[in-house]
Amino acid sequence: MTISRRRILAVASAGLAVTLMPLPAQAATDAGDLIARFTDGATPGEGPLTISAPQIAENGNAVGVEVACPGARSIRILAPANPNPEVCTVHFGPRAGSRTLSTRIRMAETMDVIALAEMEDGGFVQASARVRVTIGGCGG
Amino acid sequence: MISRRHFLQASLAASALLGPAASGQWGRLAAQQRLSQSDLLDFDTFGNVTLIHLTDLHAQTQPIWFREASVKLGGGDARGQPPHLVGEDFLAHYGLERTSAMAHALTHVEFEALGQAYGRMGGLDRIATLVGAIRADRPDALLLDGGDTWHGSLPALRTDGQDMVNLMNALGVDAMTSHWEFTLGADRVDQIVSGLPFAFLGQNIFDTDWNEPVYEPYRLFERGGALVAVIGQAFPYTPIANPAWMFPDLSFGIREARMQAMVEEVRAQGADLVVVLSHNGFDVDRQMAARVQGIDVILTGHTHDALPEPLLVGQTLLIASGSNGKFVTRLDLDVRDGQMLGFRHRLIPVFADAIDPDPEMAALVAAERAPFAEELAEVLGHTDSLLYRRGNFNGTWDDLICTALMEERDAEIALSPGVRWGPSLMPGDPITREDVFNVTAMTYGQAYRRQMTGAEIHGAMEDIAENLFHPDPYFQQGGDMVRVGGLGYRIAVDRPMGERITGLTHLASGEALDMDRAYTVAGWASVTEGTEGPQIWDVVSDHIRKQGRVSVPGNETIEVVTG
Repeated sequence: MTISRRRILAVASAGLAVTLMPLPAQAATDAGDLIARFTDGATPGEGPLTISAPQIAENGNAVGVEVACPGARSIRILAPANPNPEVCTVHFGPRAGSRTLSTRIRMAETMDVIALAEMEDGGFVQASARVRVTIGGCGG
Repeated sequence: MISRRHFLQASLAASALLGPAASGQWGRLAAQQRLSQSDLLDFDTFGNVTLIHLTDLHAQTQPIWFREASVKLGGGDARGQPPHLVGEDFLAHYGLERTSAMAHALTHVEFEALGQAYGRMGGLDRIATLVGAIRADRPDALLLDGGDTWHGSLPALRTDGQDMVNLMNALGVDAMTSHWEFTLGADRVDQIVSGLPFAFLGQNIFDTDWNEPVYEPYRLFERGGALVAVIGQAFPYTPIANPAWMFPDLSFGIREARMQAMVEEVRAQGADLVVVLSHNGFDVDRQMAARVQGIDVILTGHTHDALPEPLLVGQTLLIASGSNGKFVTRLDLDVRDGQMLGFRHRLIPVFADAIDPDPEMAALVAAERAPFAEELAEVLGHTDSLLYRRGNFNGTWDDLICTALMEERDAEIALSPGVRWGPSLMPGDPITREDVFNVTAMTYGQAYRRQMTGAEIHGAMEDIAENLFHPDPYFQQGGDMVRVGGLGYRIAVDRPMGERITGLTHLASGEALDMDRAYTVAGWASVTEGTEGPQIWDVVSDHIRKQGRVSVPGNETIEVVTG
């Protein structure tokens, strides 16, 4: 059995998170670390990856996010400012017709939601969308 | 060959030349007490399609005073552009004579003096006269209502919007879109819509369970041998700016991709003209016009802007028809073979003293008001100074409301929502119960009283400022800046969120607002379900009754910094 680098990174990060638990907002896992965890350290490029999310969340408890990426083998969504920033990872089989996923995320605060995709050729691509969570009111 | 774009620009130039001349003439006519209905209706019928646009009536059926904003800053690229020009800059941009009728209708310049010359504006019976006259020229003119119609007055509140539904049905609307309508609750809206004889449009309203469209996205009309598509766009941020618990199963949003899809769908069905009846707000519409292809006309709403000329974005005309019944837009179009080849436009100011009320509409309005006549007419006190709200920051009406909240609710600080609706009162005017409802009526008017730390107050103000001054219009969520009582501050509107508000001062003590201390805060219009307290109109009425006469100087405790 081999232990992949990704595994080691994940374990290391988990250890880090535990150490820093008493500090607020888990800011220790910045977006760069979270991305590296998915890409094995590779820097993702731009590609056919699209992310759609509302500019301003109507309800921070359920923010609809849709990610599509033709040619993706897997897609991960990150909400970096959340206590659990790794929202989900979805794997597509070779016969998957549409490489699209849609889900709802609970969001703690305003942030850039990040989508990452691992392509069938082994490369990585990234896209993000700013979603604002506001107290609202004062309406027009 | 002359391109379509060329035609549009040629027409626009003509309109720019004619507009000010005509306005100046009205000014002189008015000075001679001869501002007449025929001057206001003067229009050479053009092309084959006529659109009549009315928006943001806020249930104002009576002639009113309405002072336009003296501070109306835009975020990002919109700064210094229409509709963010005010006062002298506005007059210079459009070449309007300073004392003309249009100058009075469109700006705050010498508002009190010119008001004496030109009188009140609006009134649904006057609007009915104008609509009737336009229909006499063009019987199949389309009358399109941009929404915020069923809310904003005592009768509308007491009848759950039924008075306005009845009156707009009588006026003969062809389609509408919405925003404050949903503060009647989704069930009430559906009840009204099920009986409406016209289209209630909103391509951007979906249900939260299945993410499926709830209302008709568009409707097609055959007019003058052309097929006209009207696509509805409700206020995208209704569940954020207003209480989402009143319509928990609905989701809004800009939904730009679906707007593009709807444009393509109606074009595929043979639409010769694509009109968007919008409640996006002007800056959002301007951005949408640049990003969505194939829209001929956007009838804008929500931000209460009135522009004497269309604003052209690419090949899309943006029309801004004001609010509170002050204006009716007539837009005549030459539409042939799937193309808009030219237009003629007039923003018609509804000067109440110059227009004969339509007797049928006047009778209907009176009948709707009759059950409330006694309460509407109750005089609570008088004002010695101009009371107004419209503008980015505290108006004098807001200062009066904030003072009422602090004194009647024994609070150190008051917060009042930066809504854009609410007519003005002239110095010397009585303040009636109706006037107070006109600036406060809503279905969530409970005046709360709670503790907030200085840091919480600061955080809320930063959040609201971000919603107003974000450089990207798609992030501009609500109304104007929250109004504050008992607090002074400095706002650098172009700074990022968290850095705009400084110098917060607790005015009673003259000391800096203590970030850690809890203050007693009174406010109203909370979007939180279950908010308790007396209704704001009762709080304000009590205060005015006690004062007898009020005089509110302009606010001098808010410093606005740009750049």
